[in-house]
Amino acid sequence: MEPVVKDAVVHLRAAVSLLGRFPALAGLDLDVGRGEVVLVQGSNGAGKTTLLRTCAGLIPVSSGEAIVLGCDLTVAADRGAVRRRVGLLGHATGLYDDLTVTDNVRFWARACGATKQEADAALAVLGLDGRLADVVVAKLSAGQRRRTSLAALVARRSELWLLDEPHAGLDQAGRDVVDKLIRSAAAAGATVIVASHELDRAGAIADRTVTIAGGTVVTPSAPSAPHSPHDSTPHDPAPPPPPPPPDPTRKPEVLGVP
Amino acid sequence: MFRDAALVAGKDLRVEWRSRVTINQVAPFAVLVLILFAFALDPDRGVLQQATAGLFWVAVLFSALLAVQRAFAIESVDGNRDALRLSGLDPAGIFLGKASAVALELAGLEALLLVGVVVLYSTTLSGWLLLVTTCVVATIGLAAAGSLYGVLAAGLRVRETLLPLLLLPVVAPVLLGATRAFEAAFGQTTADGWSWVGLLTTFAVIYVAFGVLAFGSLLEES
Repeated sequence: MEPVVKDAVVHLRAAVSLLGRFPALAGLDLDVGRGEVVLVQGSNGAGKTTLLRTCAGLIPVSSGEAIVLGCDLTVAADRGAVRRRVGLLGHATGLYDDLTVTDNVRFWARACGATKQEADAALAVLGLDGRLADVVVAKLSAGQRRRTSLAALVARRSELWLLDEPHAGLDQAGRDVVDKLIRSAAAAGATVIVASHELDRAGAIADRTVTIAGGTVVTPSAPSAPHSPHDSTPHDPAPPPPPPPPDPTRKPEVLGVP
Repeated sequence: MFRDAALVAGKDLRVEWRSRVTINQVAPFAVLVLILFAFALDPDRGVLQQATAGLFWVAVLFSALLAVQRAFAIESVDGNRDALRLSGLDPAGIFLGKASAVALELAGLEALLLVGVVVLYSTTLSGWLLLVTTCVVATIGLAAAGSLYGVLAAGLRVRETLLPLLLLPVVAPVLLGATRAFEAAFGQTTADGWSWVGLLTTFAVIYVAFGVLAFGSLLEES
């Protein structure tokens, strides 16, 4: 049984999610506290991606408990509500090939209520504000597309980051930027769940590691104390903006780009 | 909802402007359809002129199919549909935005096709108010119905072949009403045409309202 975490952002108990008739999550228990960075590892088909998509509200939970950011994922309306507050970086980039890097990031940023300035700041964080800014996405390399997708994620300023193989396709500098983004996001109070096969790199930035197999947690680790906002590495060149305080004039912090 | 609609419409139109699919492929296809009809009916130009209204709207329907398929094809690649679902955009806004973009593209195509029937079919355009009103309401109806069925088919592997099967029977009233209204305009009997405009308006209102209400569920299930 997964240890209980106070103030859990993610609370799953015996959660079952079906892909067709196949139980991709088969009674999974997981608690993740605010500000935690959790690495989810497991073999191919273990259920890592399904776990992230379930937490994002994209896959219904057919039985068990599933509370994410206070939303009950067994209820359709709550799944819609949680989507606005999470940022999912999946295998796909969620980018429009015919639009430029700037167009894409600005579109997804504006979709969640962020300003053009916030989108441009996110482009700068990912090093996309130079010659790549006006290049259409179809002409980018896989790594550059990944960075563009990450820029949209940063602009979204989500409360819960769900990252599926975030280092895939990135060069060394890009991987370092991802690590710094994750640390900075957690330091700013966001919660991060990373699914990765790159255990050395992802494990180094995670507070704990959870192993899943067959849609269930097989080796939970004890949760550590959440990051304090003062844990942020002083060398971070451009940390992503933290989840802002509630602002009634702005839509909930969201991100549309997986 | 209207802010989201403007955002989505702007994005779709920017995609089309950058990709030039409508200009380089759909528009030539529409003109080609007119030319082929002209070849087929050339021996009797009287028949061609009599059939101008119907041929015009058949060309518009075929073009609408391509425009709708294109509008939803860009959402079917690289996780864009999931990104839309996660975006926080109002589904009704997404529907209105996509339908607006398709409608604007169709309006441009219709202007081109009107020039085409004048040049190729020697048609004399008359009853301008009726013509323009018919184009506006028929285009709204086509774009709304197309967007609704477009998202329905978008998640399926057979969407390219399924969409025409779903959409063409549904938009038959638009073909009928718009053709009759155009015939009335060309024949200087505009009074007869306005009742068909009423049918087209009803069709447009129903599909816009249905789309606003149902698009979210269809996007979820697609």
